[in-house]
Amino acid sequence: MIALIAFYLFAVVTIASAVLVIFSRNPVHSVLWLILAFFNAAGLMLIAGAEFIALLLVIVYVGAVAVLFLFVVMMLDIDFAELRSGFSKNLPFGIIIALVLLAEVIFAISAWRAGPALSGAAVPEATQPNIVALGQVLYSRFLYPFEIAGLILLVAMIGAIVLTHRKRGDLRTPKVGRQVSRRPADAVKLSKPAVGEGVQI
Amino acid sequence: MITLAHYLTVAAILFVLGVLGIFINRRNVILILMAIELILLAVNINLVAFSAFLGDIVGQIMAMFVLTVAAAEAAIGLAILVIFFRRRGSIAVDDVNRMHG
Repeated sequence: MIALIAFYLFAVVTIASAVLVIFSRNPVHSVLWLILAFFNAAGLMLIAGAEFIALLLVIVYVGAVAVLFLFVVMMLDIDFAELRSGFSKNLPFGIIIALVLLAEVIFAISAWRAGPALSGAAVPEATQPNIVALGQVLYSRFLYPFEIAGLILLVAMIGAIVLTHRKRGDLRTPKVGRQVSRRPADAVKLSKPAVGEGVQI
Repeated sequence: MITLAHYLTVAAILFVLGVLGIFINRRNVILILMAIELILLAVNINLVAFSAFLGDIVGQIMAMFVLTVAAAEAAIGLAILVIFFRRRGSIAVDDVNRMHG
């Protein structure tokens, strides 16, 4: 019973904050509502018994992705009022599309027949902790996909750095190539000036 | 009692809200990226719900991979957004017309 109440609470707050994400005027507020939506979706996953994914959602989305969004929204000086100019023009069309899509999805859900293993029953009792079960599968059967996921993250990191890195002309950093290619023979000249004749430079 | 249909309904509504967000904020790239995050969240809820109700852990592994790709996509998308803003001084999608020659 308490799980059902918690489910409805999390579900309603998730959907309400998703509505506010797409309808709020200020993008900073949008990001904050997105964070709330992620927290409540993590609650939904906790109820389903997927603790690790729930915590991962909070860490990765709230801790990294949402903060990234917040940085970009606040860093760029964007005229958001001008960007909303097509909002009311697109709204009726968008609502129609959304209603059609929702009808289709609801139709698919109601037409869907559960298999014998899936008769809409409650979550089966777990025999071992969620994180133990995940780790045993992840590091054995899904080892290569796991490594490829790490590679994807590495490529994304390098790509983001390469894209946003810019050369600044006003910096006086040492030119390493010139320093290294300098030879002692070119740099230092030994001379033996005679007495009373001065030094020729 | 919470059934699978509860989770599927929530995920369906979230998905539709994400699609609606793309449609009504057609000019603002940041909001389009956020709507894509909402869609991926709906996909993750579906994967986790099926995984939990089937008693099969593989769905949660897939949810983790979706999470990875979503994080990479957000990073690259925002990087492209930043350099686009640096060059054009705007993030309106209508201004992205320099690619055709």
